[in-house]
Amino acid sequence: MTTHRPTGNGRIQFGVFFQGVNHTTVWKAPDSGSQTDFESFRRVAQTAERGLFSAFFLGEGLRLREHLGRIHDLDVVGRPDAQTALAALAAVTTNIGLVATQNTTYNDPADLAHRLASLDLLSGGRAAWNIVTTDNAWTGANFRRGGFLKHEDRYVRAEAFVQTAKAIWDSWADGAIAGSRSDGRWLRQGSITPVRRNDASFDVDITGRLPRSAQHHPVLFQAGDSPDGRDFAVRNADVIFSRHAELEDAKVFRADIVARTLKAGRPADDVKIFPGQEFILAATEKEAAEKEHWVREQQVGPETAIAYLEQFWGRTLDGYDPDGPLPEIDPVVDVTNPTRGNAFHGKSARELAGQWRDEARGKGQSIRQFVAARSRLNGRGLVGSYDGVADLLAEYARTGAVDGFNITPWLVPGGLDDIVNELVPRLQDRGVYRTEYEGTTLRENLGLRVPSSHRRGTLSAAGRQESENVA
Amino acid sequence: MPSLPVPENRPNVVAVELDGDGAHPAAWRHAHHLPDGLLGGARISGTVQAADIAGFHLATFRDSRVVDAGTAGIPGRIDAVQRAAFAAPITGSIGLVPEVDTLYTEPFHVATQLASLDYASQGRAGWLVSAANAPEEARAVGREQLAAAAAPLEAADAVEAGRRLWDSWEDDAVIRDASTGRYLDRDKLHYADFEGERFAVKGPAIIPRPLQGQLVVIAPAALLSTVEADVALASAATVDGLAAAASAAAATGVPRTLVELDVILDARGQTAAERLAELDRHEPWTGGARYVGSPAGLVSLLARLFDAADGVRLHPAVVDVDLPELALNVLPALRAAGLVSAPAAGTTLRRSFGLPRPANRYAAA
Repeated sequence: MTTHRPTGNGRIQFGVFFQGVNHTTVWKAPDSGSQTDFESFRRVAQTAERGLFSAFFLGEGLRLREHLGRIHDLDVVGRPDAQTALAALAAVTTNIGLVATQNTTYNDPADLAHRLASLDLLSGGRAAWNIVTTDNAWTGANFRRGGFLKHEDRYVRAEAFVQTAKAIWDSWADGAIAGSRSDGRWLRQGSITPVRRNDASFDVDITGRLPRSAQHHPVLFQAGDSPDGRDFAVRNADVIFSRHAELEDAKVFRADIVARTLKAGRPADDVKIFPGQEFILAATEKEAAEKEHWVREQQVGPETAIAYLEQFWGRTLDGYDPDGPLPEIDPVVDVTNPTRGNAFHGKSARELAGQWRDEARGKGQSIRQFVAARSRLNGRGLVGSYDGVADLLAEYARTGAVDGFNITPWLVPGGLDDIVNELVPRLQDRGVYRTEYEGTTLRENLGLRVPSSHRRGTLSAAGRQESENVA
Repeated sequence: MPSLPVPENRPNVVAVELDGDGAHPAAWRHAHHLPDGLLGGARISGTVQAADIAGFHLATFRDSRVVDAGTAGIPGRIDAVQRAAFAAPITGSIGLVPEVDTLYTEPFHVATQLASLDYASQGRAGWLVSAANAPEEARAVGREQLAAAAAPLEAADAVEAGRRLWDSWEDDAVIRDASTGRYLDRDKLHYADFEGERFAVKGPAIIPRPLQGQLVVIAPAALLSTVEADVALASAATVDGLAAAASAAAATGVPRTLVELDVILDARGQTAAERLAELDRHEPWTGGARYVGSPAGLVSLLARLFDAADGVRLHPAVVDVDLPELALNVLPALRAAGLVSAPAAGTTLRRSFGLPRPANRYAAA
């Protein structure tokens, strides 16, 4: 066990992830609103800000999910460009961080870094970039270069991209802009360092177009969970949007990230951890359990359960009863097809089907029960009474296993209401949740130091923990 | 003053360009804020809300990916789509039209961003098409500069790809049919299948059809031979050349034409000519057709220009000085003369131009 307290302050924070796709968002409920009207985004973001959330997340769409060669039609779908929506939200919020998921494969550093810098300036230093990679040709069909990148090269390009972006963000010298209206020029001559890069990933020559923001540059989030992804995160990111939400799992993940962070020459608490999580809350445990049952029924309807299996069987399973056992027939594909926008790439379909059949049989699960259990986000979710969940979260805060949770509401736009109205005050009563924003920038509110490139001195010795804090 | 009735389906339109501190390169010296106050949200809300309240039909946001280190003006810019998006939820009737490049951008991203702006603004978005083709832009994204003849064709391809993506969802594609478990009627989604000379886009879009169906596409007259635009921007070196430029643009069949006009007005006890001389001492203003004079004289000029074109895009020399004059002394006079009407709260930009909401190219007739 490390002797330091990874999170430092014994608190937890919240972010909210407005999904816009996937079956986790219940659309059949009467109070389920639009996925595209700006008012839905405004309502969620402003509710989150009322609840003193640290961040509002948007995902990125590059191609609509397909199912057996046709557009997948069972889940919510259709979402705006993340940064355009966040720029609009910047005008109607004041403190909450604005996180855009953007991939490094089908973007150019010159443009993406500029757009992120733009969002950062517009929001007064509240922008963040959730760095993701893509590699398949199916997604590439919407872009100029098509499917150009090999799977094994995706992090190579991502790392070169992030380095280029950081150089662009740092390309304007302090004091580049005239201090007064009577100065000789608006832009002091020689105050922009051009960014030139010529390597296997990029051959570019870029002149940065904007100065630094109030938080220096956007905060970097990363979600990759593979060993490569984790090492990428500790080298480049400020926050990991993790899949490890259950307490024991979260502790193990924290220990692993701390070890990797120290090895990368950064202070142990330099990388914050926010697992994705679903919250299903009610006044009593019994009501919460009933609510959970209802939410799961809505999330995984009979059609969704069958469609889920069809992805792996590679064929229609029309005749199968969603309340019956898993199909005994074998998949018609050898390998799950990577072009459908799901997360299971390149697994042996036959092997997977066999494992699943055994698992469902062993647990006595129907297709629907099996799929519902399997497709839950990061485990069971936080289900319980307001007080019970508040106690559990206080335990998370005490252990320092996570810095916060990135909440995926199962209902839009009202899905944060009970969290903000009922849970947040109970967390504040327990002393584990902020009662006001610490600052106006996202970097301040996450308790992050200035970017490593801006710290005084160097951080060469592994484990060195004395470095300047933002304040 | 002419008192021609304004045809109901062809209203006169007054646009204003709101980039930086104004069209004059020395505008920042007369701005009401310190130079480093330009690049932030407060500046966007201040200027665009002022133009919204004043009753302009649209604001445009110039953009360029080239940092001109040789100018004494302002080379730094926040991304134009984001400036427009930031203004969207805090304005009510003004159209928001960012300038967006077609040559060195990803057409899929651009179409998505603009459709998203249409949602954020509740149907007030447009696209000012740019095909500037500077070598620095090509280098910034690691590409070869396009040949001069290829640029307008590439711009046309990018616009066509965007238009197809905007139509790739029919209006009623989201059905939320609980009885069958279907959120979407996938027969109402369509692959764009655009294949151009230099890029292809499969589609469909990741965002449903924009609220206006198609955004208002505004293009410089020079691109009209290739680009499918809704509105042309006609420019001339002098005011006297504007009517002919407008007619030439209209002759291409483009539905609407705006003429470009730089303006500097008498203000704050100074004549426009005195203000111009003061600004020009720092760096000369090399714009196009220019009006220098009193607000009343501008009203007369605009009345004449409305006979030749569907409207005008004004480039105020100094936003902080000329925009208030336009709001106080020019737009009210145009409205009083019955030459323009203020856009209604909640209107769409297409409606401000009198352009109908277009049918979807993929929908069964």
